[in-house]
This record gives sequence, C-alpha cells and structure tokens, in this order.
Amino acid sequence: MLLAPIIWVLTVIICYIFAAHTWWFPPPISAHGMDYDAQFTRTLVITGVIFFVAQFALGYAIIKFRDNGGRASYTHGNNKMEALWTSATAVLFIGLVLMGTKIWASVHFTEAPADAMPIEVLGKQFAWNFRYPGPDAKFGHTDIHMVNDQGGNPFGIDSKDPASKDDITSGSLRVPAGKPIKLILHSQDVIHNFFVRELRLKQDIVPGMEIPFHFQADTPGTYEVPCSELCGLGHHQMRTTLIVLPPADFDKWMKEQLAAK
Amino acid sequence: MSSPTAHAHHAPQGFIRKYVFSLDHKVIGIQYYFLGLFSVLIGLTLSVLMRFHMVYPDVKVSLFEKLWPVGAQGGIMTPELYLSLMTMHGTIMVFFVLTTVPQSGFGNYFLPIQIGAEDMAFPVLNMMSFWTTFVALVVMVAAFFVKGGAPLAGWTGYPPLSALGPVSGPGEGTGQTLWIVSIAIFCFASLMGAINFIATTIDLRAKGMTLMRMPLTCWTWLVTAILGLLGFAVLLSAGVLLVLDREAGTSFFIPAGLLVSDQIQNHKGGSPLLWQHLFWFFGHPEVYIAILPGMGVASQLLSTFSRKPIFGYRAMVFAILAIGFLGFLVWGHHMFMSGMSPYSALAFSVLTMCIGVPSAIKTFNWIGTLWGGKIRFTTAMMFALGFVSLFVSGGISGIFLGQPALDLYFHDTYFVVGHFHMIMGVAAIFGMFAGTFYWFPKMFGRMMNETLGKLHFYLSFIGVYAIFTPMHFLGVAGNPRRYADFTNYDFMNPLMPIHKFMTHAAYFTAAVQIIFLINLFWSIKKGARATENPWEATTLEWTIPSPPPFDNFGGKHPVVYRGAYEYGVPGADKDYIMQNDPAQTPAH
Amino acid sequence: MARSITNPDIKGPAGPTSGEWGDGGGGQPGASRRASLTGLLVLLTATTMVFAAFTSAFWVRRGLSNDWQPTTLPPVLWVNTGVLLVSSVMLEIARRSLKSGKRSEFNRYWTIGTGLGILFLLGQALAWRQLNDAGVFIATNPSSSFFYVLTAAHALHVIGGISALTYVDVMALLLQLGPGKRTAVDVCAVFWHFLDGLWVYLMILLTVWG
Repeated sequence: MLLAPIIWVLTVIICYIFAAHTWWFPPPISAHGMDYDAQFTRTLVITGVIFFVAQFALGYAIIKFRDNGGRASYTHGNNKMEALWTSATAVLFIGLVLMGTKIWASVHFTEAPADAMPIEVLGKQFAWNFRYPGPDAKFGHTDIHMVNDQGGNPFGIDSKDPASKDDITSGSLRVPAGKPIKLILHSQDVIHNFFVRELRLKQDIVPGMEIPFHFQADTPGTYEVPCSELCGLGHHQMRTTLIVLPPADFDKWMKEQLAAK
Repeated sequence: MSSPTAHAHHAPQGFIRKYVFSLDHKVIGIQYYFLGLFSVLIGLTLSVLMRFHMVYPDVKVSLFEKLWPVGAQGGIMTPELYLSLMTMHGTIMVFFVLTTVPQSGFGNYFLPIQIGAEDMAFPVLNMMSFWTTFVALVVMVAAFFVKGGAPLAGWTGYPPLSALGPVSGPGEGTGQTLWIVSIAIFCFASLMGAINFIATTIDLRAKGMTLMRMPLTCWTWLVTAILGLLGFAVLLSAGVLLVLDREAGTSFFIPAGLLVSDQIQNHKGGSPLLWQHLFWFFGHPEVYIAILPGMGVASQLLSTFSRKPIFGYRAMVFAILAIGFLGFLVWGHHMFMSGMSPYSALAFSVLTMCIGVPSAIKTFNWIGTLWGGKIRFTTAMMFALGFVSLFVSGGISGIFLGQPALDLYFHDTYFVVGHFHMIMGVAAIFGMFAGTFYWFPKMFGRMMNETLGKLHFYLSFIGVYAIFTPMHFLGVAGNPRRYADFTNYDFMNPLMPIHKFMTHAAYFTAAVQIIFLINLFWSIKKGARATENPWEATTLEWTIPSPPPFDNFGGKHPVVYRGAYEYGVPGADKDYIMQNDPAQTPAH
Repeated sequence: MARSITNPDIKGPAGPTSGEWGDGGGGQPGASRRASLTGLLVLLTATTMVFAAFTSAFWVRRGLSNDWQPTTLPPVLWVNTGVLLVSSVMLEIARRSLKSGKRSEFNRYWTIGTGLGILFLLGQALAWRQLNDAGVFIATNPSSSFFYVLTAAHALHVIGGISALTYVDVMALLLQLGPGKRTAVDVCAVFWHFLDGLWVYLMILLTVWG
C-alpha cells in the first residue's frame, strides 16, 4: 500500500538531514560542550536506529501482510519476545540516562572552583545586566528602591557602600577565555532563562532565588544569548551577548572600565 | 446522581430532552465530540495566525486591525497579541480538544456499550459534566473579548508572570483571571466525568465481561479517568491559589522584592517553583490523558483490520497501567532547568526513561499485531497505522528531552515544541480521526466516504510530518520557543527558510482538513446506510443497530463469553467471533 | 441532523421494575448500589487530592521564608469540631434506626444531625468574623492565607454535604424514603463522616503547624 513507501521516504529524509548536519549545533566552545555533543551523538545513534527500524518494520508489515486472500495467523502474542524487547528497551533507555549523569553532575553537583570569577547576572523585563565585583572581590550592597534603569543603575547599587565603588556593570557578559566563571543569577520580576548555545548550557532565573551557575569558555568569540523562558511581550527581544576574550584583552577591558569610574 | 433505573425504560421525548439536556450517554458523547470539533477549529485558526506572524512579522494585514484594533494597530500583530494567541492555542487544544474528544467524546459514547451497560452509572451527572465543560469553554473564549485581551503567559501560566496582574503585561488583567476560572470550571467537569467513567467500568459490566475481557479502549478510558481524577483535583487547588495571589493579595507563588514595570510589589515569600510542581503534577498525567485513549483506539483498529488478535493483550493492559502509574512520578522532567534540586532531576529522569518502556511495549505489540495479519486498508485503519508511525517519531524525541544533561540545551527550544506536537498535536489527533472513521457508522447509521477519507489521510500525514519534523532541526540549532518573531538574532537568520517551509506546510495541512469536514457533514446527511457490523468487528457495539436504540441493548442484557480480539480463530466458521457469541470455541 | 441520534423505532420491552436495590445497567443485581458507592469513593479521592495539594503547598510555603506567623485559632473552632463530630454520631444512630425499621427515630436523629451540620457552618462563619475583628485577613500572612483557604474549601464541601443531608431529610419527612433510597442515605452519611475526618485532620494541621 502507498503508505509504506511514504513512511520509508519520510524516514530516509529525516535520517539524512540529521546525519548530514544540515541544520546543526554551533561548534562547542568548552570541554562541557564537547562532552554534551558526545552524549547527544550517542543518543542520536541509538534512537536513530530504533526510529529507522520501527518505521521500516511498520512499512514492511503494511506491504507484506496486506489482505490478499490468505488467512491471518492466530496468535495472542509471544511472551519470550515481550520479555526480550522489554528488557532491551529498559537497558538502552536507562543506560543512556546513566551515561549522561556525569555531564549533569559536572554542571550541578559540583561547586564552582574556588578561583572562579564571580559575576552577577540580573534579568528583568526585557534586558540583561551583569555586574563584576571589581578588585575588592565584593559586590556592593543593592536596594530595590535605588533601581534606576534610565539613570544607569539597573542593579540599584547603593553608592554609599564602599564595596560598590569598584563594581563594574555591563549590558553584555565579557569573560576571559579558559578561566572558570561563576554566575550568580537573579531576576527582578518574572522567570527568565540564561542560554548560550555554544556553551550547551542554560538555566532558569527565578525571582526570589539566587542561583549559582558555573562554566568555562575556552574559545574566544561573541555568542548570542537569547532569553529562554517566557517573560512577557518582550521575551523575543531580550538579547545579550557572551563575549569571550583572550585573558590579556579581558584584563585590558577591566582596567578601562575601572579607570572610567 | 441518579441510578440507571431512573430513566432506563422510557425513551426521552421532546427536542430539549433528546438533544440538549439529554441524559443519554450517546447524545452526550456526540455533544462533547462537536464541542471538541468547534474548539479544534479555533485552535487551528490560532496556530495558522501564529505561523503567519512568525515568518511575516512586518506584513500589514487589514483584517488583523479590524479584529484587534489595539493588539494589531496598523494591521501588524504586536508581540503581546501573538503571545496571547499562542497561550489560547495551547490552552484550547490541550483542554477542549485533547482531553475532551478521546475521553469524553468517544469514551462517553462507547464505554457503556462496550461493557454491555445501558448507560453510564450517573446520567444526570454526565449531562452536568458536559454543560459544565461548555460553560468553561464560554469563559475561556470570553478572555479574548475583555479589556487587555487574552492572557499571554502560555498554557502553563507560570507565576510571577501570570500572578502579578496587568503590571507584568497586557492580557494579564481580566484575561488571565478568566483563564484560571475557566480551567477551574473545567476541572470540576473532569472530576464529574471521572466519577462516571470509574463507577461505570467497575460496577456496570455485563455478565461475563471480566476486566481481562474488556476491549483495550475500555482500559484506556478507565486509566485516563483515574489520571484525570488525581490530576485535575491538584490543578484545581493550584488555580485557586493563583487566583488568590492575583486578586486577594496573598503570596503563594510570588516572592518578595519584585520590581515590575518600575513598581515595587507588596507580595513576599512565595515560590514560583511551587506553582510549577503543582501544575506539572497535573500536567504530566494530562499528556497521558491525551494519548491513552488514542492508543486504545489504535489497538482496537489494528487488531480488527488485521483480522488478528491484539499481540500481547496482557502486556498491553500492563503497559496502560504502568503508563498511568509512572505518569504521576515524572512531572519533574518539565522542570529540569527550573532551579529545583538537581538530585531530584536525576530521579525524575530515571523514572522518565522507565516510562518509555511500556510505550515501547505498546509499539512493538502494535507491529506484532500487524505481523502475519490480513490487513484491510480502510480509512480508519490508515489513521491507526499513521498513529503508530507518528507515535514512534514523537516518542523518540522524548528520549533526548528526558535526559537533564541534554535538556541543558533543548529546554524551551523548538525541539520540545516538535516533540509534544508530534505526540499530542498529531498522533492523538490521528487517534481521533481513526475513532471517527471507525465509529461513525455506529453513531450516525451511515458510512463516511472512503475516497475522501483516504485523500484526507494521505495529505494530512505528509502535511504533519512536514510541519513538525523541522521543529526538531530548529531545536538542534537552538531556536527558542514562544518567540513572537526571530528578527533579533543573527543565528536565527539562516533558520528562516525552515520557518517559511513550516508555515506553508501548515497552511496546506489546515486547508486539507476541509476535506474531512465536508466528508463528516455530508456523510451525516447522505452517507450510505450502515449495517450493524460493517467492519466485521467483535466488540459489543457491533451487536446492536446503527445507530443504537436509546437503551443500547433494547432491554436485553448481553452476556459475554470471550475476549475482544477473537479474529482468525482456526476452526471457526467466520474469521471473527463476537464477544457475546457462546457457540464457538475456544473461549477464554 | 436529519435522523434521530438514537433510534426511536426500537424500544425495549418493559424491564425489571425500578426502585429495587438496583438491577443496574449491566443487569446484575445490586449494580446500582455498588456503582453509587464506587462513585462516592471516587468523589472522596478527588477531595483528598485537593487537600493533599493544599497541604503540600502549605508545607512548602511554611519552609520557604521566615514570614510565617502562626495564626491563633479562635476557641470557637473547638466547639465547632465537637458539633461536627456529634452530628456524625447522630447520623449514625439514624442509620441504625432505619436498618431496624424505626422510621420516626430515623427522622428525628437525621434532622438533628443535619441541623448540627448547619450549626457547624454558622460556627465557622463566627470564627472567621472573630479573626477579621482581630485584624487577621487572608493576605495578612501566609499562615492566615492557608487558614482561610483550608477552612473555606472544607466549608464548601460541608455546604454540599448539607444539601445532600437535607435532600434525604425532606424525602424522609415526606415519607418517600423507600428501600431504593437506602443507598442515598449511606452515601450521604459516609460523605459526611469523611468531612468529619477531614476537619479533624485540618484542625491538627492548623493547631500544630499552622
């Protein structure tokens, strides 16, 4: 019947597009990213085989067992086969998730390294703001009553706090390449989400919670950051960039920012 | 609640009693079906509007300005209008189509008949559950017409966005409140339905209709009702708390220290994650509510039209029960990125993989049913076969999303949108089409047109693959979801051809549905007369006239001697044995 | 539609008389009564889930931040608890009387039970009024929010229960409580006892952890 070749053609097209990487991830810029891609490929291969075989078997059955006058074979099933494919599926699926556990653990079960650079992230409808503690490694006190977006104080930094004197704020996230970074995620209003494709990382930013998140980017470049949790009418415009700089360039930028204060 | 004996022996008289406030489960089933049909047309229209805007965000359309003078000034959809259309698309489809047609539509009509009962256990309650659903739909649609319009927080309605009121966005005023009220009313309707389905299945089965002789459709309707019972009760509670946060100044979900649109909020101490837990505790079983009856229909049709018993009936029952049970333990996989404990994420992940196993069992068994069969390619069977293919495609992408390590990239991208549309937006819908073509003769006493049916099937099958498969590629490229347009990001420019392709595929597939509507309505009036058992099927609905008398079995009480899948029995004089046929062997 | 949805041409023969225990839809004796009891069980499960959801929200919210200020329960709530428990006892005595055929005793005790149920609701309203007078409203702090939500949800169920009890009472007083309505008596009584148990649970939750 016509359905079988249609299923087969669709299956082949889909498998081809995945195999050919026609539309694909951007290249990873971190060790985590490479581990991620490996787990993805593992999953893709296993599921690809299952997908291919299942759709082909379906198409095959449609053709081979169409009614051409014979008798259907009367059977209520086959317990051995049931046991076999049930166990195989269980082993495959659970095996896959266990293999990915290390990746999850490296992101969430381990703390940021002690020498990680802390950077505060503030998401609000519909802009990103970042804050560096400066040479004193302390973030100055903030107060919501002092927030003034137009006046250049999105964090509501209390200028009376001496620790805030060397705080640097920015609308984009600059980091040095090859160094661990610890983000501290805050939201001022609703849930947002910080996502960098090249890092293969994202994290919801939840108001009322202070969420730590660490990464290390190894390849310099500029990477777009799209907000990835519906936050209102400007959700599709809430964009910033992750700018990974060679360490020397980052230090230079930092010095320039401090000098300008 | 009234017992069946209260109305059983008097046929209803008068238009209102027969067709409006009917106590007859068959009429109520048809009412639900048409409520679902009306809702799916609204949902479909909303999705076509959405797809248009995503690829032509700057094109002026004067119709938009007429419909939405505020939301589409100058004929261009604002982002808030887009998001409100998206919110209502999801909400209407999930509640008023996917939860309604397979369960309350087909289940109401055919559960009592398939188990040999005269009606549901509580006909008055049944009637009330339909009209309550109707009221819920009216309230939901009303959200479009109030000041500020429909809400924009998505069908998941996460606070604080959904809890802060108009300060967080247009549509977040009365529109959001009506949305919550509508859903709360829907919860009541579902709970009423669950009472009927469960009591009827447990207590009103005919003599000889043991649980293990029930058709698989009945098992899916039973487990779906239990899922609804436990899930909708929790959603109701969550909705109450959300409405109180919005209207009464409480802080269940809203934390302290929020500054929204330059206004400091007075709330303090609540947790947005609490909503997510409550919502998804309902929300995950909800997706099994949407798919299980379709699986039951697929099992029924694959067996009937292969002239072979269902492969592994016991395993299928086990799989339905396992999916139902495990369905309550996996809700956290919607929250991997939410900020909840990463250890619980792992636990949820393992359980999510476990639930893939019974789904796989069902898929193997469907193919096993076809294997060695004698397949008759009726339109109903085509949709059942399409269901299997789509279920495989949609289920496979779940293997990626169920791993939190991979969800670190895929959460809130089009990969997720592709996954759930494949399963709910297509496989479940194909299950409904399959049920329609299969049961139409019984419900209306006429046959649908097979040529139109097959044409509709083939074009839709190709169309839905064309619309939803590319979403996975968009996801791999990192395209976020719930974006009104994609013009702000360089990395999305090369993806626009995919979006355009999907939009055109959506226009095409939407247009194709006209064939179905023509077939449906024309056949009701003019279809060829249907006999009692046009498919040569074995279950009890095929032992009574098409359409059935008001008390189903004409005052007689059927007695059942065998299971529902006795096709191709060696030594029998026909290639099928009815469930109520005592004469043939083997019986078991 | 041109044709009738249900086929009017085929009418069943006169079946077994209605009003008996319940030759229900499947032709099995007692099926109707069993179905009513199953339906009740399903309803109780739904209510249990509603309060389970509220309870889990209660726990989470309580542990979240330090703005939880325990609500001092107005003492009248203890009186109300007693009233509710006694009303259940009255209903049970009524049920026993009915089983032994003592109709007027049934009427007396069932009516008292129903009346006590209404008294419970009035007592709850009084408790709310007292809290309001003390300046404790739904949004005052999270503990009071839950107090009002839990007691209101319970009260709504009680209103439903009283409607059911009243229906049975009226049927009894009008001498229309035949054997076919026995199931209704049992269903209402069990539902009412459940609301008792639920109330005791809520009192414990609110007193110890509220």
